[in-house]
Amino acid sequence: MIQLLQKLGAKSVNRVAAVGRAGQLLSQSLIAKPAPMTMLPLLVRQLYFIGVLSLVIIIVSGLFIGMVLGLQGYTILVDYGSEQAVGQMVALSLVRELAPVVTALLFAGRAGSAVTAEIGLMKATEQLASYEMIGVDPMRRIIAPRLWAGFISMPLLSMIFAIVGIWGGSLVAVDWLGIFSGSFWANMQASVSFSEDVLNGVIKSLVFGFVVIWIAVFQGNDCVPTSEGISQATTRTVVYSSLAILGLDFLLTAMMFGDF
Amino acid sequence: MTLINDTHIEVNNLSFCRGERKIFDDLSLTIPRGKITAIMGPSGTGKTTLLKLIGGQLTPDQGSISVDGEVVHTLSRRRLFELRAKMGMLFQSGALFTDMTVSENVAFPLRVHTDLPDSVIGDLVLMKLNAVGLRGASELKPAELSGGMARRAALARAIALDPDFLMYDEPFAGQDPIAMGVLINLISHLNRALGHTSVIVSHDIQETLSIADYVYLISDGKVLAQGAPDQLNGSEDPRVEQFMKGRPDGPVPFHYPAQSFEEQLFGGSQ
Ligand SMILES: Nc1ncnc2c1ncn2[C@@H]1O[C@H](COP(=O)(O)OP(=O)(O)O)[C@@H](O)[C@H]1O
Ligand SMILES: [Mg+2]
Repeated sequence: MIQLLQKLGAKSVNRVAAVGRAGQLLSQSLIAKPAPMTMLPLLVRQLYFIGVLSLVIIIVSGLFIGMVLGLQGYTILVDYGSEQAVGQMVALSLVRELAPVVTALLFAGRAGSAVTAEIGLMKATEQLASYEMIGVDPMRRIIAPRLWAGFISMPLLSMIFAIVGIWGGSLVAVDWLGIFSGSFWANMQASVSFSEDVLNGVIKSLVFGFVVIWIAVFQGNDCVPTSEGISQATTRTVVYSSLAILGLDFLLTAMMFGDF
Repeated sequence: MTLINDTHIEVNNLSFCRGERKIFDDLSLTIPRGKITAIMGPSGTGKTTLLKLIGGQLTPDQGSISVDGEVVHTLSRRRLFELRAKMGMLFQSGALFTDMTVSENVAFPLRVHTDLPDSVIGDLVLMKLNAVGLRGASELKPAELSGGMARRAALARAIALDPDFLMYDEPFAGQDPIAMGVLINLISHLNRALGHTSVIVSHDIQETLSIADYVYLISDGKVLAQGAPDQLNGSEDPRVEQFMKGRPDGPVPFHYPAQSFEEQLFGGSQ
């Protein structure tokens, strides 16, 4: 019993210490004199690896989810004779929920895990130590560009997801099931508000992007520098990110749309 | 010989633990400026750890290390990075940046710490690579090099900025006899011609002794013996003799600390 308590205590202390280290990583990497000449090429490179290379999975997933939404929305709404509202339903579910959440989950799996593995391997092969001994801070050189790239890419990817999804929904509802395209788009325009829905979606994706990339770089930088250590850290990135996304989504939704 | 009392690095009463295991226990040593100092000892004694402590990558539990009179672990992060720009370290694994070619690796310290034009950097890189015999491999990626070549490329990177102070972690491991000879010449040339302070950590006793000015023999977290190479070679101390002659039996333990072998073998079956 005492041992159990001891273990529990030690575990909690470790967790709290890890949160502290994660905060320290953030401040050491982001609080710096801006040096655009060196930072910009590094950032562009990371935007490519983290953002551009995630495009394919985001576009394909967005398309299919939009198509499924169109199909499901139609089969439900047609019973009430209100299948004209399918555009509104597709757009609202995507913009408010599915685009930020699903994009973030895919982003954690595609980009977060890659970032963790890369940084972990750099640590294991002493490349991070090498940067330090050359007198270059790896926090600025390695961690910061990845943090910024993740933070910038996520909202853009989420927007692309929503746009492609809406297009997928229209493919199914209008082109396949034959809903009048005028009412599909008009209903959507009338019901989706920029300040309520679009902006809240963007805020969500900003928050998710920040949390996912923060977890990813922290897990990479904090991993045990061995093969198992890196594999565990990569798994943790995906698991913690997913849990954080879903938990935060509920919280943010309650805050944004909960004032009945 | 006038510089003989000029201390570059001073380790004072250093203690350092890894978990339960005490790696260093009240260790003190000084590294003279402009000389080649060798640090030798059985593997696992903490030679690499000592270099990392000097470079400020680890923090001592007790005691201090000063480089150029500055206590390393009390420096601010920015000052520490400035200090490191004057140090060069050759890692045991080489630790080349895998996303750059060999020549980009060597150019990297020059790019971040100097404003030299590209053409000058290119020439400097060629000179450094030529010195380690890898001019022809300049466009290869680190993954395409053998272990010994990677270590030589890393050496070219470590000397790119002509640092005041160079730490070599096992520079001779995995080198063929010719490369070994070249490295020995290179290290002693860098020291004699340019006056770098050098610290060599190595197991290759004869090669290291041939160029070292002063030798520390470390075991069990303490300095076991020190002196000029001749002094250590002629030492009567059985522990020193065992290490210098490479005898398997003797007072210096070959084994990582453990319970007795008989106990472990037969303990379970009784
Ligand atoms: N990251 C680490 N965590 C825990 N123990 C370590 C770590 N690195 C090295 N050690 C331990 O520290 C001791 C000294 O290691 P090291 O300095 O690499 O030895 P050497 O370079 O003399 O062979 C070894 O016993 C090793 O087990
Ligand atoms: Mg070592």
